[in-house]
Amino acid sequence: MEKISTFSGVAVPLKRSNVDTDQIIPASYLKRITKTGFEDALFASWKAEPDFVLNQPVFQNGEVLIAGPDFGTGSSREHAVWALRDWGFKAVFSAKFADIFTGNSGKQGLITGVITEDETKKLWDLIDANPGVSASVDLPNQTLTIGDFSVSFQIDAYTKWRLMEGLDDIALSLRDEGAITSYESSREAWKPLTLPAKGI
Amino acid sequence: MSANSTPLTLAEKVWNSHLVAKGEDGAPDLLYVDLHLVHEVTSPQAFDGLRLAGRKVRRPDLTIATEDHNTPTVDIDKPIADLTSRAQIEALRKNAAEFGIRLHSLGDKNQGIVHVVGPQLGLTMPGITVVCGDSHTSTHGAFGALAMGIGTSEVEHVLATQTLPLKPFKTMAINVEGTLRPGVTSKDIILAVIAKISTGGGQGYVLEYRGSAIRSLSMEARMTICNMSIEAGARAGLVAPDETTFAYLKGRPHAPIGKDWDDAVSYWKTLPTDEGAKFDAEVFLDADTLDPFVTWGTNPGQGVSLLDSVPDPEDILDPNEKAAALRALEYMDLKPGTKMKDIRVDTVFLGSCTNSRIEDLRAAAAIIEGKKKADGIRMMVVPGSQKVRIQAEEEGLDKIFKDFGAEWRFAGCSMCLGMNPDQLAAGERAASTSNRNFEGRQGKGARTHLVSPLVAAATAIRGTLSSPADLEVMV
Repeated sequence: MEKISTFSGVAVPLKRSNVDTDQIIPASYLKRITKTGFEDALFASWKAEPDFVLNQPVFQNGEVLIAGPDFGTGSSREHAVWALRDWGFKAVFSAKFADIFTGNSGKQGLITGVITEDETKKLWDLIDANPGVSASVDLPNQTLTIGDFSVSFQIDAYTKWRLMEGLDDIALSLRDEGAITSYESSREAWKPLTLPAKGI
Repeated sequence: MSANSTPLTLAEKVWNSHLVAKGEDGAPDLLYVDLHLVHEVTSPQAFDGLRLAGRKVRRPDLTIATEDHNTPTVDIDKPIADLTSRAQIEALRKNAAEFGIRLHSLGDKNQGIVHVVGPQLGLTMPGITVVCGDSHTSTHGAFGALAMGIGTSEVEHVLATQTLPLKPFKTMAINVEGTLRPGVTSKDIILAVIAKISTGGGQGYVLEYRGSAIRSLSMEARMTICNMSIEAGARAGLVAPDETTFAYLKGRPHAPIGKDWDDAVSYWKTLPTDEGAKFDAEVFLDADTLDPFVTWGTNPGQGVSLLDSVPDPEDILDPNEKAAALRALEYMDLKPGTKMKDIRVDTVFLGSCTNSRIEDLRAAAAIIEGKKKADGIRMMVVPGSQKVRIQAEEEGLDKIFKDFGAEWRFAGCSMCLGMNPDQLAAGERAASTSNRNFEGRQGKGARTHLVSPLVAAATAIRGTLSSPADLEVMV
């Protein structure tokens, strides 16, 4: 995974709350067996509405999404993160994220920064006043800046470290392989085994 | 619990007993996974990741796969018409064969929705950890298991390591005391809970459903409640194991036997939350006064009693909730003040991992038996697994549904999310026993009202959202 530090990109206001993952990527796009190429699927239903924000040319190269609270609720589909990433988004900011979405984002190098609802609205106002304005994201210092307005965002310290170091979760966990093997050796006999298969 | 130890909740006990490595300096704990359920939608990229890194599946014997999300519910002996669906299912078959994973394919008598298959085989048990690349994995919490939905990267992680790095959760007690009135079910409990705490109210929490109303529920009814924990934003939801749990498990194909059974039961009896254990939050719901609950909007928290009316967004104080309600009413084509019972539907869907088990089918069949379906209504019945379908047919339920004019289908996720051809047309309105009423969930432009199997059945008779009590008035 690529290491992340600071970057700037076009800020996109998504003025909706409760953006569930069925809206981020409808189920019909989940049939693909690849992990890339989901940009066409992002907000596919909403893109049919002419005034949807991502249909406006000034926002089409958006990299920083600023959304209403309860973003990423519902289905666990990681495809939602892939679709945001493939479109070009590197960070999403909201007052509240669903847990599974946050976890999935951290695995794919998409920053999920928590800001307040007041800050969200202030940022939306700044974008409305200057559509296409760039936002700067500083992960080490946890700041998001548009023009002269700067806010601190919250991100889990461990996820931040992993993103900054570009680390692979599996390799990290396998450092504890000895502990895994030891745990397995004392696993109780009554616990489930799927093999050999019974009931077939 | 020894006299000196800190009283613990059920969730904390399961967590502690699966700790492989304690995280330091803000790092997550590493937890062992006892059971990994796999399906075709969220796994292909995970298997690809393993291949790219030259990794194997660490414990094929703790892993089981089934085909459910994409599978057709008619003509299952013919090749799947949708080529992308077919490719995804073929990918699962290839991956399962290559990595040595047990797979129940379309046509197999154990095939079905992953969350129906696990409990049915006796693989889901108290005190274990269960994960699956599906948010409704919370279903398995009904057994007192810590069961969580995960994303595809985590699926790959579990395949490779049989562990998952997790941050400790907060705990929330959902206390439901009293006795449900006739016509009110566990689906109504969970819809009322979500309406009360909202879709984000459970975020960061593991929920424990407690109280006399929960204790008196069957295992299948408990599964319905735990299933929808995720709709309140929670990572998991559990019910403490008790005699109901043990009786359900005993004799199932993978349930322990002999000494293992006795050891297991002794251990399971230690799992319920200790007296004096502290929850980080508590919620109370009165079962005695609960009505059948239905949703009016486009998230599962937008629900009311069936006896109520569509709310007026102007009465909602929170600006975000108000904006969401305005948008939801526009999408749902509903006006504030409309009585819920006056809402006419086009389709009734009985199915999904929430409500497709044998008790759900029996309950609906008992309502419709000998009755006539409302004119112009379509009713689709999709058993949660082939086993459920076979059992229903042995009991003659299929005949009741068919005589009523309902479509009797093969098992799968079906119209809950419409990945297969079972979809609503744009503008169509459904009473659905599933779990999500999101925009476009059951088909582009489709409108969903979440309901219990009893409300689904009564609605199919009357044509408008109804409870069984409304049928008595009809005669």
